Amino acid sequence: MTTKAAATREALGPTLIRLRRQGLDIVVVDADLGSSTTAREFGKVFPERFFAVGVAEQNMVNVAAGLAATGKTVFISTFAVFAPGRCFDQIRLGIAQPRLNVKLVGSHAGIITGEDGASAHAIDDLSLMLSLPGFRVIVPADVVEAEQAIEVAARTSGPFYVRCVRPKIPIIYDEGYKFQLGKAHLIRPGKDVTVMAIGVMVWKALEAAELLAAEGIDCRVLNMSSLKPLDVEAVLAAARETGAIVTAEDHLVHGGLASVVAQTLALHQPTPMAFIGMQDQYAVSGRWDQLLEHYGLSAEKIAEAARSVVARKKG
Amino acid sequence: MTPVTGDSLKELEALAKRVRRHIVEMTAAARCGHPGGSLSCVDILVALYCHTLRHDPQNPQWPDRDRFILSKGHAAPAVYAVMAECGYLPVEELTTLRKLGSRLEGHMVAGRPPGVEMTSGSLGMGLSFSLGQTLAARLDGKDYRVYCLLGDGDLNEGQTWEAAMASAHHQVDNLTAVIDYNRIQNDGFSDYSRYEDKSRPQRMGGWVNEEGHTVNIMGLQPLEEKWRAFGWQVLETDGHDLSALIETLEKAKGTKGRPTVIIAHTVKGKGVSFMENNPAFHGKAPTPEQAEKALAELA
Repeated sequence: MTTKAAATREALGPTLIRLRRQGLDIVVVDADLGSSTTAREFGKVFPERFFAVGVAEQNMVNVAAGLAATGKTVFISTFAVFAPGRCFDQIRLGIAQPRLNVKLVGSHAGIITGEDGASAHAIDDLSLMLSLPGFRVIVPADVVEAEQAIEVAARTSGPFYVRCVRPKIPIIYDEGYKFQLGKAHLIRPGKDVTVMAIGVMVWKALEAAELLAAEGIDCRVLNMSSLKPLDVEAVLAAARETGAIVTAEDHLVHGGLASVVAQTLALHQPTPMAFIGMQDQYAVSGRWDQLLEHYGLSAEKIAEAARSVVARKKG
Repeated sequence: MTPVTGDSLKELEALAKRVRRHIVEMTAAARCGHPGGSLSCVDILVALYCHTLRHDPQNPQWPDRDRFILSKGHAAPAVYAVMAECGYLPVEELTTLRKLGSRLEGHMVAGRPPGVEMTSGSLGMGLSFSLGQTLAARLDGKDYRVYCLLGDGDLNEGQTWEAAMASAHHQVDNLTAVIDYNRIQNDGFSDYSRYEDKSRPQRMGGWVNEEGHTVNIMGLQPLEEKWRAFGWQVLETDGHDLSALIETLEKAKGTKGRPTVIIAHTVKGKGVSFMENNPAFHGKAPTPEQAEKALAELA
């Protein structure tokens, strides 16, 4: 793995500029965090297509809906605690129900937002966004995938949620990678156990797979970036072929990746599972790498969970 | 502009009365719905749809059409009825309101029927959506206007004031907001202006009267000053005087550099004696007997 790192949010502004230059009818509505989400980069190049509404997320969502209703591809972004967190009703009624062409980029998601503390840690955003019929939900694992996910969202009609993060996390993919909506990406083959991960936890899952390999456990790693639509085939194949599943996410274990995978397996192929994520609690301030360790969102804990499900499988 | 007088005014008034009859029949047939706030905005809607709006019921997706956005989504019966009178849907369809399989849902859903611009039913979102549409018009170099109808409840929602601030900031003069200012909302009276009991002190937090209605839910006064402070041109009119409404809507069109709000003073339940100023009919349909009485009054 390369040691290069970048924040997934850094993909937003440059990608929107590139897509507009390619002729897409993109506009951006911003609630005074465009410098943080990088959406403001777009405003520097296309000021007439960049609408600031101040710190008013509810207004931002429905203004975006009004623009989208005239046929435009509208991007909105802020911290994920604010959207969807603060304006879920606006997203549900204003975007999801009429299925408008609005793309919400929730930046600074997860406890890895770090020092700002619990008020800035979106750990329930996936639960909210997965509950909206018609919304597609993507969690890029690195900046390369984020750029492609944003492009897919822009080129695919209808509402999207793309979850991005604040800190610079390792770049996993090279430029040859191709994100596909509705497809899990097999990063590492394996036959004993599968770790399904999203976001920063994909990197942790790869580290866990190395630890397990040293013990003779052959661990498959799936990047579940296309959380909705979910790659049901890949989930079922993993259950069938490895017989043990661990999910890993920087999010509550309720309502996010763990829930959708468990629901899928409960329906088609009950399989021993373990869930790495936030366990019904809020995090505190701290450096992002320390927080991941502190709350058990680590390679060691993933490996430990993998050993336990492998044991249950054999049991 | 030509003022609307004489026969054409009489025609509009007759149309408004038909719309009121539709509202009574629709909600009675559905056995639920919101007659009070529908009846209060009938004249505003008639002025808009039958005079002010540039629209074509045969071509509801016409890109250059003026947009009408209903923020107070519970007034859907009034909008459906006016749209039917304009030819967007058959009048016979109106009594399918709220029934399974009908296009006419309890609160409006975008595109059902074609011509409905926005999904509504949660207050406070309409003005934001309208602002988005005005910004789109500006970006696309189009001259259509956007009209947004708000109720008292909409003005309780903080989002409406976010949108008010942003609309003035963006200087959208192609936006006209109309407030159906009937001073009654779900639980009762917004303030003391339409319900006064001299025997009781005016409490800040309000009180619940003998009929079970809350009095003084959330006072909006001074409303005109609020909008002016947010940077809007403010016009006031009798919300049941079609001629005055049309004149005021025309005046708003000519204003440059800022949005206009029309405070239309209205009466909840207007046209049906026992519904007028009566919070009980905010969200309750007339019984068959009450409907019969109402229709007799609207004959």
